[in-house]
Amino acid sequence: MRIVFAALAAIVASSALARADAPNPADWSSVLAEARGETVYFYAWGGEPRINDYIAWVGREVDRGFGVRLVHVKVGDTAEVVSRVLTEKAAGRDESGAVDLVWINGENFAAMKAKGLLQPAAWATRLPNYAHVDGAGNPAVERDFTVPVDGLEAPWGMAKLVFFHDAARLRNPPKSAAALGRWIAENPGRFAYPQPPDFIGTTFLKQLLVELTPDPAVLKEPATDANFEAASAPLFAWLDAAHPDLWRSGRAFPRDYGGLRRLFADGEIDIAFAFNPSDASSAIANGELPDTVRSFVFEGGTLGNTHFVAIPFNADAAAGAMVVADFLLSPEAQAVKQDPAVWGDPTVLAVDRLPPEDRARFAALDLGVATLPPEELGPVLPEPHPSWVERIETEWARRYGVVR
Amino acid sequence: MGAPLRRRPVGAALLRLFPLAALIVLVAPVAAGIAGIVLPAFGYLPVLGSTEFSLAPFRALAAMPGLGRSVLLSLGTGLATTAAAFAVVILFVAGWRGTRVFAALERLVSPLLSVPHAAAAIGLALLIAPSGVVFRLLALAAGWERPPDLLIVQDRDGLAMTLGLVLKEIPFLLLMTLAALPQTRAAETDRLMRTLGYGRIAAFFYGVLPALYRQIRLATLAVLAFSTAVVDVALILGPTTPAPLAVRILEWQRAPDLDMHFVAAAGALLQLGVTLSALLAWLAAERLGAFLCRRFARSGRRARRDAWLRRLSALLMSLSAGTVLAGLGVLAVWSVAGVWRFPDVFPDGLTLMTWMRLAANLVDPLLNSVSIALAASLVAIALALGSLEFEARSGRTASGRALQALYVPLLVPQVSFLFGLQILFSFLGVDGTFAAVVTGHLVFVFPYVLLSLAEPWWSWDPRYGHAMRALGKTADSVFWRVRLPMLARPVLTAAALGFAISVGLYLPTLLIGGGRRPTVTTETVALASGGDLRLVGATALVQALLPFLGFALAAFVPAVLFRNRRRLRVAA
Amino acid sequence: MSNGGTAERGLLLRNVAIRLDGDELVTLDAAIGPGEVLTVMGPSGVGKSTLVAFVGGFLGRDFRASGNIILNGRDVTALPPEERSIGLLFQDALLLPHLSVAGNLLVGLDPAVKGRAVRRRAAEAALAEVGLEGFADRDPATLSGGQAARVALMRTLLARPQALVLDEPFSRLDVARRAQVRNLVFAECRKYGLPVLLVTHDPADAEAAGGRILELR
Repeated sequence: MRIVFAALAAIVASSALARADAPNPADWSSVLAEARGETVYFYAWGGEPRINDYIAWVGREVDRGFGVRLVHVKVGDTAEVVSRVLTEKAAGRDESGAVDLVWINGENFAAMKAKGLLQPAAWATRLPNYAHVDGAGNPAVERDFTVPVDGLEAPWGMAKLVFFHDAARLRNPPKSAAALGRWIAENPGRFAYPQPPDFIGTTFLKQLLVELTPDPAVLKEPATDANFEAASAPLFAWLDAAHPDLWRSGRAFPRDYGGLRRLFADGEIDIAFAFNPSDASSAIANGELPDTVRSFVFEGGTLGNTHFVAIPFNADAAAGAMVVADFLLSPEAQAVKQDPAVWGDPTVLAVDRLPPEDRARFAALDLGVATLPPEELGPVLPEPHPSWVERIETEWARRYGVVR
Repeated sequence: MGAPLRRRPVGAALLRLFPLAALIVLVAPVAAGIAGIVLPAFGYLPVLGSTEFSLAPFRALAAMPGLGRSVLLSLGTGLATTAAAFAVVILFVAGWRGTRVFAALERLVSPLLSVPHAAAAIGLALLIAPSGVVFRLLALAAGWERPPDLLIVQDRDGLAMTLGLVLKEIPFLLLMTLAALPQTRAAETDRLMRTLGYGRIAAFFYGVLPALYRQIRLATLAVLAFSTAVVDVALILGPTTPAPLAVRILEWQRAPDLDMHFVAAAGALLQLGVTLSALLAWLAAERLGAFLCRRFARSGRRARRDAWLRRLSALLMSLSAGTVLAGLGVLAVWSVAGVWRFPDVFPDGLTLMTWMRLAANLVDPLLNSVSIALAASLVAIALALGSLEFEARSGRTASGRALQALYVPLLVPQVSFLFGLQILFSFLGVDGTFAAVVTGHLVFVFPYVLLSLAEPWWSWDPRYGHAMRALGKTADSVFWRVRLPMLARPVLTAAALGFAISVGLYLPTLLIGGGRRPTVTTETVALASGGDLRLVGATALVQALLPFLGFALAAFVPAVLFRNRRRLRVAA
Repeated sequence: MSNGGTAERGLLLRNVAIRLDGDELVTLDAAIGPGEVLTVMGPSGVGKSTLVAFVGGFLGRDFRASGNIILNGRDVTALPPEERSIGLLFQDALLLPHLSVAGNLLVGLDPAVKGRAVRRRAAEAALAEVGLEGFADRDPATLSGGQAARVALMRTLLARPQALVLDEPFSRLDVARRAQVRNLVFAECRKYGLPVLLVTHDPADAEAAGGRILELR
């Protein structure tokens, strides 16, 4: 058996020597030529039908405009994609990888960058449409969860943690972690969060961590055995106190964001949260939520970040992926994305620097009744270093993953 | 035996390949899959850079929080499901065999066999969840404005999950029992026992069940193996703190940390052990049951006052069928609902928008589902026909040993060997390809296709063939022009069964397809926890109705082909 | 004519008429006294099995039957088979393959006989009665046709029926055995004083029964 493995591994490894060069975005016309006819497998979270519809629209546009066929591979968690590319790399599959383009940020990007799973040369900053990106006003475009982007991923949209409530049932929602804790104690069974390691659930835990930790500066550093316990103690104290009063007494958790919103729609919980400020409006427009739902943020600020698309090192259709990434950055695609009737995800472009007709696109958008205008979104709390996420998830699983 | 000597070598050699191919299809993937997890479980996977045997993966596995509870959950739900489904089916058959009620309920329950597990589970969830239909009706009476905070779906002890599984296993066991009944002289034995003064149910238990059980034992064990390692139903209805073992194995396998892959392999081995333990426990229970049965039979207690038990069995059987149908109905209503929030019992307006949105999104998964299912069932039929024809020509009749090999893929937990198979396929660079997924499906489709085809095949009167051969026709000609047309109906039915099974497969598509081949089933399970129940309802409904297409075709085609041939139109 | 009162002993088939699709298959009006054998004869297809089914309580849905079956003064026409106390002997012995010979007998033995040892002795006595001592622990599959038929007979008798219906019970036996088993059956029936309805197409059976013969046409 060992001999067979070794022989097969040798064959696979030798074939890695014959690898094509990565496309160079500086020579855009050749990239376009190479991309024509390619099929791009875009591994992106598929848990929100509206986003899936948007990606389908993108697929139609890039097919029409550039002859690129986009296949949306719906994933439950981006970590799976990291796992897949990692396995491919370890198995010596240096080209014709399964993943061409991946929707990614935060700890998953950090993992892929650290393990050499991405296209080695900076490509995103050299895309034609990158010129429109608002780098100055948005530091998160260049540092993803404190990790330098270095042009290895192209920004796609902005995320800000926003809560929402039904004004008809809950007049004055709690606007800080501490206030939330008190509210939960007074209203048992009316709050839930998705079970980590789902990324929305983890985001909620991060929000609490950032708000409650004694010294926020520590979170910019990598988490270590030394600093983790002290920094996370208030978080777990809050959770210990809150869990018995959670939905289902903390014995079950909604699986993901969709589950959370369904609970909110059915009136099982009174507060929900999302990473997309327009999500409530979109849901209202879709008839899933009553029109008395309103968004709110914590007074001290909520987490905000940028999300990106990246190309793995062994992508089969790298040129096509770049074309798609560039289209995603186009004013037209960004404006459609920001329309709450479609998705409602904020743009990464500097709208005021766009040509007039593109600016008009954005101006014409109706943000929706439940969306907070940008000036009311409150301060953006920076994301902690990605290493904190893994430790929080492990510790959460240890403490609450098994209910006695 | 009467064929011209010239023809024999080529045809016979080709034909001999079929049983071999069949055996390979059944056993090789399982063996390869197990091999694919045994080595990594002990830390050996040179492809991923690890060449030292070690027990580290098992140590890490043991350190996983709540592992013991996950194992107990898998064991418990598996045994409970099998025991409950078995009891309901046997009591029902014992109490009502041969009556009008039986024929009616049988006709009601049989189509439910083709409803995939995921759709049935989602339907159940929509019925019994605190925000579901049942509680909305209660809210109407009690005046609630919010759903009660009760842990029903995803309850910690796996009761909801067990219920969801039982609803689907009852039709399966019922069908297997009905297929086996004719071979047990049930009618005569029943008559005999009743003239000796025994009540209906006792007559069945003492007289018929021992012979019957021998025939349905493998099917029952297949149900047990499946329930201890089921993933899709567990994701929809099962507990999450912690989840049953099979679900957790999947999670570990998807982690971005390579070490977890080894833990997943170790977990898959553990799952194998769990399933094996469940099977052994059941075998022990069998012996106990047989002993008790003989004991009671010898005591001569007639147990005539069994009317209450009979009524209970009919009630349970109707309830199980009714629940699945009600679930499908709720899915249908959700798929056309406008706004439908708790506590409304009816949706606030109907709309076709969901279906229109779905039409665009579901095209690819639908095409995938259908093409994979068609390919898998066609290959399975070809393999089955070839193997059966080979056996017929070599003068053998259905050998029990060969039929037992059929159950190998059904007794090994899917998650265990599929995981290993995926490693093998990705190593060969073929994972995600159409052929790989069809192969994965074939392993599960082929046993059922062969089982379904075997009985009609062997009950075909061989004298037709003898008569044709006496007229000078070759054996091949007899097969293509006589046997196959005469068996068209059973062949199409077996193909439709294979189609239905392939459509409902979740893990094989997910693991071997690697997400690149979404099917209606993977979409349904992915959406099951989603926010928009209308989409969930519509997708699940499509998943539930797809198998019926196959059966409709299987009924329609012979009706058209044989519209002028009365004897072939009646079900053979 | 009525239940109770005179408590007539024996099996009364009063004005029995069985129809299928309007055609009258069987009409019968007969009284069988205790220890008496009534032989019903006729070619195959004439309705003998239908009559057996009716008396046993297994008449198919498509048949329409009228008339009464009165057993020892009790009208059992509307009762299910297990309540009738009418024993049935079939063409096949139908010994349960998963029980031993003794086990088969015990299945038939009246539950009023309690206690494992007592029951076992009863089974062994029954075997002795038909010349099968020592067969108690044998596998029924190892018995010859004649032996199996004898075991089946005793199983039926151990249930203490009040009447017996024999549905061509000797037709599967080879000629040599047939007379032996036949005589045994009739002897046992006379011994227990049971009214017997014998259905057969073999005139030799009728002769050996020695009772009235009814021809069905």
